[in-house]
Amino acid sequence: MRNTVPTMKREFSSYFNAPIAFVYLTVFLGLSSWLYLKGFFLVNEASMRSFFNLIPWIFLFFVPAITMRLWAEEKKVGTMELLMTLPVTDTEAVLGKFLASFVFLVVSLALTFLLPLMVSILGDPDPGQIVGGYLGCVLIGAAYLSIGLFISSLTENQIVAFIVSVVAIFMLYILGADFVLFGIPDWLVPVFSFAGLGGHFDSISRGVIDSRDLIYYFSVIGLFLYLNVKAIEARR
Amino acid sequence: MISVRGLSKTFGSTVAVNNISFDVNNGEVLGFLGPNGAGKTTTMRILTCYLSPDNGTATVAGFDVFENSLEVRKRVGYLPESAPLYLDMDVVSYLRFVADIRGIPRNLTGERIRRMVDTCGLSSVVGRNIGELSKGYKQRVGLAQTLIHDPEILILDEPTTGLDPSQIIEIRELIKEIGRERTVILSTHILPEVEATCSRVLIINEGVIVASGTPEELHAAVGGEDLIHVSIKTGGGPAEGGGAQGGGAEGGGAQGGGAEGGGAEGGGAEGGGAQGSGVEDALSSLAGVTSVERKAEASGGYSKYIVKASNGADLAEAMFRVAVDRGWTLNELKRETLSLEDIFLKLTTREA
Repeated sequence: MRNTVPTMKREFSSYFNAPIAFVYLTVFLGLSSWLYLKGFFLVNEASMRSFFNLIPWIFLFFVPAITMRLWAEEKKVGTMELLMTLPVTDTEAVLGKFLASFVFLVVSLALTFLLPLMVSILGDPDPGQIVGGYLGCVLIGAAYLSIGLFISSLTENQIVAFIVSVVAIFMLYILGADFVLFGIPDWLVPVFSFAGLGGHFDSISRGVIDSRDLIYYFSVIGLFLYLNVKAIEARR
Repeated sequence: MISVRGLSKTFGSTVAVNNISFDVNNGEVLGFLGPNGAGKTTTMRILTCYLSPDNGTATVAGFDVFENSLEVRKRVGYLPESAPLYLDMDVVSYLRFVADIRGIPRNLTGERIRRMVDTCGLSSVVGRNIGELSKGYKQRVGLAQTLIHDPEILILDEPTTGLDPSQIIEIRELIKEIGRERTVILSTHILPEVEATCSRVLIINEGVIVASGTPEELHAAVGGEDLIHVSIKTGGGPAEGGGAQGGGAEGGGAQGGGAEGGGAEGGGAEGGGAQGSGVEDALSSLAGVTSVERKAEASGGYSKYIVKASNGADLAEAMFRVAVDRGWTLNELKRETLSLEDIFLKLTTREA
């Protein structure tokens, strides 16, 4: 695992080598704050509920944009050959990339700190809900990242990686949604509602931290990182 | 150092490498030679653990490339074809990244990077982004990357493509120097490069080794013919008519010489006929000559001929004497042995 760190550092700094990172951050902060504050004063409630409800939808586009280049670009430019012939295991490379994008995601979430600050000045929000909400965002974001990263390893075209990731994450997100559950046989309902990314997020962001939800997210992340390692190995 | 046994690799229905075996000893510079798509890159990719073989084994520095891939990768410096690099990084942070992954201790990293910058002539571009560099500098950065951990084995896939002539000479010198104490495999389709740098050559075509040996051994194995370029002007005088008569007179002289009986007959024919065919006849009757071909009429009345002779026959002296005996002026007499290029073409086209 020693070489996870240099890989991660390189990957993370390459977000900032080009101005892309700043564009991403600006768009993310601008969009999430605007959409949240637009309704905030109308509802007239010191709560961040609506903010956290927005995040999975913003991440739906934000996360694939972060992950799309991680493998696709290496394949396109040919640096894949370089990386894979350095003494880095496939697992280290996958983890390094995942952690780099994860840190970037956490940074972008951390930059929204002004919102909870403002809300607690204006009113008296439930701190448990805010903590739970951020935790839920980190977990669902990490799950999205693992999916996006995996899909990026299947193509050398970043645009394809982006679009396929958005579609795949969307499908997995709405798997547990009510209108899907109505249309399937009864015995499949518990499977679908557990497999969907969305339901688990709702309960965590309400401030209810259930170990089943945590296990769910860790399993999704683990599964897609594992598939990613396999996809890299398949190259040989 | 490197030992390859029965290696095969297939992509879909194309066989990239077909059951090849070879060894590379310590301190050897081995050149992989072959047309495009011959399997050079695939072989190198297997040796550097980027691809795994379908069949056969390859051991590098005593480690199997498949079983002990990490140990192999630690000991090898690899420059992939067209030197891919992280274009968004600057030269120093890129080298630092590689040094980190290579496990070079932190306190030595700076010194190593400085040495690589010196060796590879990167001092003028250290702070620049790799993406902004010219092809030649990128190639050098790639080379610096392969050398930074002082590898026992160096595998270079077309290391001099895209470099200008003086850079090519520098890089070749560098490879030669490294090859003194290390093992180097390099692939190329530039033939003089092999002659300039390699101690041994492996010619690959369609996934199969068609020849191997030192450049000299390859010359001997293929045998073939020597080419001799001669440029001759019959008749010593400036006036063409008088010269022709003079040529006839000299024909008699050649008979007197006696050394080349056959040549004298040719001389007789020449006296009566056209100048060119006379020379051709005279030359082709020499012992060992297999054919004479008249090339272009060169300036100043000289005609160029290419004489093919069986390997090893020393014809220069005999030709000189023929010319002197008949009063011809000899402007050029050059012997060309079969170059690696011809051997290469011979071997690879015979296969096709």
